[in-house]
Amino acid sequence: MSEPTRPSPDPANVARYVDEIAPLLGLPIPPACREGVERNLAVLLAAGLLLDDFPVGDAETAPVFRP
Amino acid sequence: MKGADALGLVADVRARRVTAREAAREAIERIRARDPALNCFTAVLADSALRDADAVDTAIAAGRDPGPLAGLPFAVKNLFDVAGLTTLAGSKINADHPPAVKDATVVARLRGAGAVLLGALNMDEYAFGFTTENTHYGPTRNPHDPSRVAGGSSGGSAAAVAGGMVPLALGSDTNGSIRVPASLCGVFGLKPTYGRLSRAGAALFGISFDHVGPLAASVRDLAAAYDVMQGPDAADPVCAGLPVDPCLPRLDDGLDGLRIAVADGHFATRGEPEVFAAVESVAKAVGASRRVAIRENDRARAAAMIITASEGASLHMDDLKSRPMDFDPMTRDRFLAGALLPASLYVRSQRFRAWYKEHVGEILRDVDILLAPTTPFSAPPIGADTIEVAGIRVPMRPMLGLYTQPLSFIGLPVITVPVAGTAPRPLGVQLIAAPWNEVSLFRMAAVLERDGVVGV
Repeated sequence: MSEPTRPSPDPANVARYVDEIAPLLGLPIPPACREGVERNLAVLLAAGLLLDDFPVGDAETAPVFRP
Repeated sequence: MKGADALGLVADVRARRVTAREAAREAIERIRARDPALNCFTAVLADSALRDADAVDTAIAAGRDPGPLAGLPFAVKNLFDVAGLTTLAGSKINADHPPAVKDATVVARLRGAGAVLLGALNMDEYAFGFTTENTHYGPTRNPHDPSRVAGGSSGGSAAAVAGGMVPLALGSDTNGSIRVPASLCGVFGLKPTYGRLSRAGAALFGISFDHVGPLAASVRDLAAAYDVMQGPDAADPVCAGLPVDPCLPRLDDGLDGLRIAVADGHFATRGEPEVFAAVESVAKAVGASRRVAIRENDRARAAAMIITASEGASLHMDDLKSRPMDFDPMTRDRFLAGALLPASLYVRSQRFRAWYKEHVGEILRDVDILLAPTTPFSAPPIGADTIEVAGIRVPMRPMLGLYTQPLSFIGLPVITVPVAGTAPRPLGVQLIAAPWNEVSLFRMAAVLERDGVVGV
């Protein structure tokens, strides 16, 4: 058995996201890391999907800055 | 370390029954004998330790107070600045950095109290891991079974204490990095309230969650070290600046008035049976039968993961761009992925954090101490990518943080206690309190230790 599946992003979309965004950030992804980066990014984006449908109300989270 | 108590040694040093130099010399010999098999230390500071010990002995001979930790040998995770030593933070990249010019605040406070620094300890690169399987410096091995991980990221710290090399070590905890190795190695570990102890001079990782704290072989050693490290520090903007709230004098206060409950739901599932048996043995010992459920822990872990990956990657962005192949393969792909996350996910995660803090805060208005397992299983073999837990095969490394991650996410103080008689390997139980209530945790840990329910 494995853990129950959760919503996860389409792997093709993750690959396209890496193709588009990494160069814009000046962040070359070494070929040896490409598969691992996509796999880990998919996990993080899936974590984001888990938060998507949760109502957090009016939680105030501004970083406190005191000049 | 069986039977040893560092404060007992301090008493002997102060009474001149043994010199601090002899104590330091013995610690150096233990490290030389045991560390080759366990790989805890990345630097052994024999010369400076003997110099510091001599200063303690000189103070005592001159009738001056040598400090409450006189002659106590300790070592620190190698992300703490130590004057004269390059702060590796588990990386090869930082090995190019110049030596630190001053000690981290908590290191300076321990040394100022007479403790003798023996060296720097191995960790996961930049604290991004739960196993201390460090590719650059080798894995730290579990003293209870060297084929198994010590846990991480403060694995060198936990194994150095469990292996009897030093009675006290410092670690850091962002998602469980003090508590996980303390559980797997069978020692006490404290992750104080977020902002309680100064992080100045410690290499940061997830700035929203980074905590520093002690690991020790006894409750009173843990309390003594914690008390000395408390207090305001203008050098750390996160440090809350509260006055010292001493715990050592409160260890005999007992359990009177403490409302104790077992965390249910998330904290009572997805672990091996012996993990829950350990929680039950602690609950039974203190007569805690009430169970309370915290909601939305998977979302708490998800948000903690997003914030950690975003903040960790941001801290290392320049190196990720210019020399990604110098990162440890165990962390590199995760850092690169974190660098690609959109800011909207980060902000959403921080908003969820505020909701979750309120939710758990409501529970803790009615309960003084919550009990939960520290890890869902005991130390796994080094190199294992997956593990079967309660009949389900799961990724081994992230699962180690199952029960610790939601709590550091909202900065609650936690002591993990090594439960007596767990088989076949050590396991910890988390004692969890409301923010700033470390005293209650120490009171309960002391009762459990006195009654033989927990101990090293």
